[in-house]
Amino acid sequence: MSRNSLFFWIGAIVFLAAALLMTQVIGNEYPFFACYVILQFIVLSVSWSILGGYAGYVNFGTSAFFGMGVYTAVFLFKVAGAPLAVQIAAAAAVGALMGFALGLLTMRMQGIFFSIATIALTIVIETSITNWRYIGGAAGIQMQRPPVMAPFNSYVQMLFFVQALLVVLAIGTSRYIQNSWMGHGLQALKDDELAAECTGVPTLRLKLLACVISGALMCAAGAPAAMYLQYADPSSAFNLNYSVTVLAMSLIGGTAHWAGPVVGAILLGTTQQLLTVTISSEINLLVLGVMLVLFVVAAPEGIIGLIRRVRHSRKEGEG
Amino acid sequence: MMAPETNAPLLRISALTKRFGGFTALDNVNVDIRPGERFGLIGPNGSGKTTLINCISGAFRTEAGTVVFRDEDITRLAPHVRTRRGIARSFQIPRPFKSMTVAQNLMVALDFASGTGDFVPAAQRRDTLMSILTRMGLESKADVSATKLSQVELRKMELARAMATHPKLLISDEAMAGLSSSEVDEVLDLLMSLADQGITIIMIEHIMQAVMRFSDRMMCLDAGRIIAIGTPAEVMANQRVQEAYLGT
Repeated sequence: MSRNSLFFWIGAIVFLAAALLMTQVIGNEYPFFACYVILQFIVLSVSWSILGGYAGYVNFGTSAFFGMGVYTAVFLFKVAGAPLAVQIAAAAAVGALMGFALGLLTMRMQGIFFSIATIALTIVIETSITNWRYIGGAAGIQMQRPPVMAPFNSYVQMLFFVQALLVVLAIGTSRYIQNSWMGHGLQALKDDELAAECTGVPTLRLKLLACVISGALMCAAGAPAAMYLQYADPSSAFNLNYSVTVLAMSLIGGTAHWAGPVVGAILLGTTQQLLTVTISSEINLLVLGVMLVLFVVAAPEGIIGLIRRVRHSRKEGEG
Repeated sequence: MMAPETNAPLLRISALTKRFGGFTALDNVNVDIRPGERFGLIGPNGSGKTTLINCISGAFRTEAGTVVFRDEDITRLAPHVRTRRGIARSFQIPRPFKSMTVAQNLMVALDFASGTGDFVPAAQRRDTLMSILTRMGLESKADVSATKLSQVELRKMELARAMATHPKLLISDEAMAGLSSSEVDEVLDLLMSLADQGITIIMIEHIMQAVMRFSDRMMCLDAGRIIAIGTPAEVMANQRVQEAYLGT
């Protein structure tokens, strides 16, 4: 177990070092522009899976959390010119509060009712932001990036590295949860809520905690997006596409293991970026739909489930 | 092993009433369960046996009445808190954690049911777990997925998982339903051995021979009311029990 952890953290450090090195070596901004989006989706998918995967509560509110992250950053920047780190930390706090509120309101509902409630949340928040003039209202708001900090040459490179840090934070959190008592409890309540409760699992509290952690991370992932686009408007910040894409990435990767959403986000995110460049951005959604259907039919447990099945049958073949 | 010095009941159910809409599933039920007792609960289908269990374990909220366990009113406590206080149960239709192995199923209980937050080293927890599985005759199944178990193994696993919460009161909800006669004896022996360790057991059962052999005391429910309570012989001799339950 500890050897696994060692490998994991070495991997994380190598990943961050490589990301930093990229910013120093590559001059062209485009790779960072594209990779930023993929990293952002890794954070969102991994965070989504803490509630949607481990606990089995399908949250369609990803765009609500993401959008709140964007607008927390916008608000703080406009009010006080807050630096990026403050924007992200504040977004995480807002996301945690939002997760807590959502959890309190909806966690007694199960299955589809919870999912519907999360869609409602998105619409309510989007409507509120749309009608708030101070941060741009329906027309959106332009933002001027502050000067970039050393050692980065451009703001996009810095955002790319910041998002890479968030990736490590999200994966580290998700992995810790999976291997801890919390993960076991969530897995138990996903299998059978009443049996879990009668085995001593405080199901409501665990679900709330998962909702808070998941919400905080998703909101944090949204915060740098304001500066990334230098523009924010409600209909794109709260776009339902975020919810659908993140759901698809997690399911395609597989939700039983923290690596599932990572694999799914890289695979789908890269495909989308390539298609956007080579064909058009409209084809993205088509590909998303086709892949989701393929996986639901052929590999309902995602890529991780597929790998496990292959390994399992190989082991049986040997024995 | 145990010394019931006082006569205070382990579990006291007072004036318990449970309604589902206009249907009264339990109607003013009063009963005391003594420490160390083997208590048989019988009654025709739909008489309220499982509803009573659900009210004791906390799965249902009751309309009126109280449940007092070890001198503490637990009527409003959540199920997991009741489990931590020492009430464990099995389910009429087994409810294993399907994505887990047998050992992991028990580990959930070990992780959560103590509720003390004390850190117990992994090796020690594994020992506890294996000793429970050995007692249940499931040691060879520890690393088998819960979905791969036979019916009798599932029943045993549910009892093992309940035991892993270190209960003072174990409620067995038809743990023998659908088993062959030799398997019934196996499970019955298991429950007997648990009772010998001082665990109070409430057994719901349709298999008359088993519940008669097992119980110190029996209670028969019909349409949500207690119609007889006493020694197995007394209950079986009761005219109303024979009418309601045995159809004579």
